[in-house]
Amino acid sequence: MKLKQISIFLENKKGRLKEAMYILSKANINIRALSIADTSEFGILRLIVPEPSKAKQELEKNNFVVKINDVIAVEVPDSPGGLYGILEILNQKDINVEYIYAFVEKKTDKAIVVIRTEDIEEGINALKEGNATVLTNEEVYML
Amino acid sequence: MTWNEEAECMPRDELEKLQLKRLQEIVKRAYDNVPYYQEKFQEANIKPEDIKTLKDIEKLPFTTKTDLREAYPFGMFAVPNEDIVEVHTSSGTTGKPTVSGYTAKDLDIWGEVMARSLDMAGATKKDRIQNCYGYGLFTGGLGVHYGAQKIGSTVIPISAGNTKRQIEIMQDFETSIITCTPSYALYLAEMIEKNDIDTDELNLKAGVFGAEMWTEEMREEIEKRLNILAVNIYGLTEIIGPGVAQECEEKKGLHIFEDHFYPEIIDSKTLKTLPDGEKGELVLTTLTREGMPIIRFRTKDITALRREKCDCGRTLVRMDRITGRTDDMLKIRGVIVFPSQIERALLKIEGLEPHYQIIVTRPHHLDELEVQVETSEKLFSDEVKHVEEVKKMIENRIHSEIGLRVNVSLVEPKSLPRSEGKAVRVIDKREI
Repeated sequence: MKLKQISIFLENKKGRLKEAMYILSKANINIRALSIADTSEFGILRLIVPEPSKAKQELEKNNFVVKINDVIAVEVPDSPGGLYGILEILNQKDINVEYIYAFVEKKTDKAIVVIRTEDIEEGINALKEGNATVLTNEEVYML
Repeated sequence: MTWNEEAECMPRDELEKLQLKRLQEIVKRAYDNVPYYQEKFQEANIKPEDIKTLKDIEKLPFTTKTDLREAYPFGMFAVPNEDIVEVHTSSGTTGKPTVSGYTAKDLDIWGEVMARSLDMAGATKKDRIQNCYGYGLFTGGLGVHYGAQKIGSTVIPISAGNTKRQIEIMQDFETSIITCTPSYALYLAEMIEKNDIDTDELNLKAGVFGAEMWTEEMREEIEKRLNILAVNIYGLTEIIGPGVAQECEEKKGLHIFEDHFYPEIIDSKTLKTLPDGEKGELVLTTLTREGMPIIRFRTKDITALRREKCDCGRTLVRMDRITGRTDDMLKIRGVIVFPSQIERALLKIEGLEPHYQIIVTRPHHLDELEVQVETSEKLFSDEVKHVEEVKKMIENRIHSEIGLRVNVSLVEPKSLPRSEGKAVRVIDKREI
């Protein structure tokens, strides 16, 4: 189950993150998960939102560069070693994690993390084989 | 199509005879009527009668922008004030502007050379020319205007600015030819795309673009995005305005209207005349101008002359598109760099918008070159390493073009200033 993520290019300039948030708030788009990768020169804001295409459109209208791509949302036991177990599954299959970030909300007693592997399909298959629960778009947006 | 076949396709020997006759007349007129020339000629120990062949022009002193500035405002005029019917000035970005004065006959000649130029882009009586060059003291607007009137085309004298209105008029009036700077043409293309207007539904067929340097890659971009023929026009206020030279549909250099303007190429260091085909500074002499004869004006524009016959049938010499100016030539760590080289490197990269800015600094006694480039969906990725690879790739492309390491900064789309006139490409923050 691939999950859609939107990524936004942020110039290292005052107020750009705020501006992106303002556009999403005006479009009534609620953010389910977020992470920012920052370098000394630019940032990449990654978001999980219920309507990725609409969010992309709204942001592009305001001159942001936006890309939609697939990531994996996976349940992680909310206890010490939970994430370790998930990463171990991927490690055994020799799958590299490009980046990872966590959801704020929880479904029951499990935490949810977003994982980006180079090949998403491969990542999902490995996790499923390792008995991890990969969430669908709908499940994620319902949180 | 040729507007004035007799003049534009004249056999070379006849043309040279005409040029010599006109050169002798104008040198005499300048000497007799402008104290500046009289003094300069005397200093060089030369008399108008010494001009016996075209080659003798090399004996005459040069005229520079500084000379014209010192004559500000009307010191270069060769006719009584009552005969001057119009004045224009250069933009004055590098100091006091220089003034150009025209008699009624000068305006007629200006209209004639501009008619030839517009004709090369396919303009006829039936065309509607949207003239987005600024009207006013700047020569762009009125130059195109006079040429279009001479042909009998419909001029839309919209002048520069207000892009939304430009596009609206372009649609409603079914504009067929547009005249503006190439960077503004790209901006128009961008706005047309943004507003989801199909270029097939526009009536545009050609554009005459000039007043700033541009590259072959930029032409391809404009032609593709606006679906038109894009041709290059050259001119300068000091000589007459636009209409000194113009590209025909062959797009292999700009034909100089040699019956009115005499071109030479010199080495800007030694000041020696260079042979055809060699790159150097363009020097122009007006052959017919009454109000303000200009002898051997150093344009600072870098080009080369080509005399091979053009397939269009014109016998007029061609000059290469301007590849740089002796004064916007950047010297970075001792290496000569022209902004056009950086532009060429950038435009070869797919997905890159042709908007950029070059910033030169000297943080630790060493020049640094930063090139700001607008990012696009094609270049962007959710992964930092991919974006950094793109940045490095652009840096390498520029490096292989200019031989210098630069720092590329990716900036957000539409964040670099768009200009409605001449684009500002270089910001030199070095205090030297």
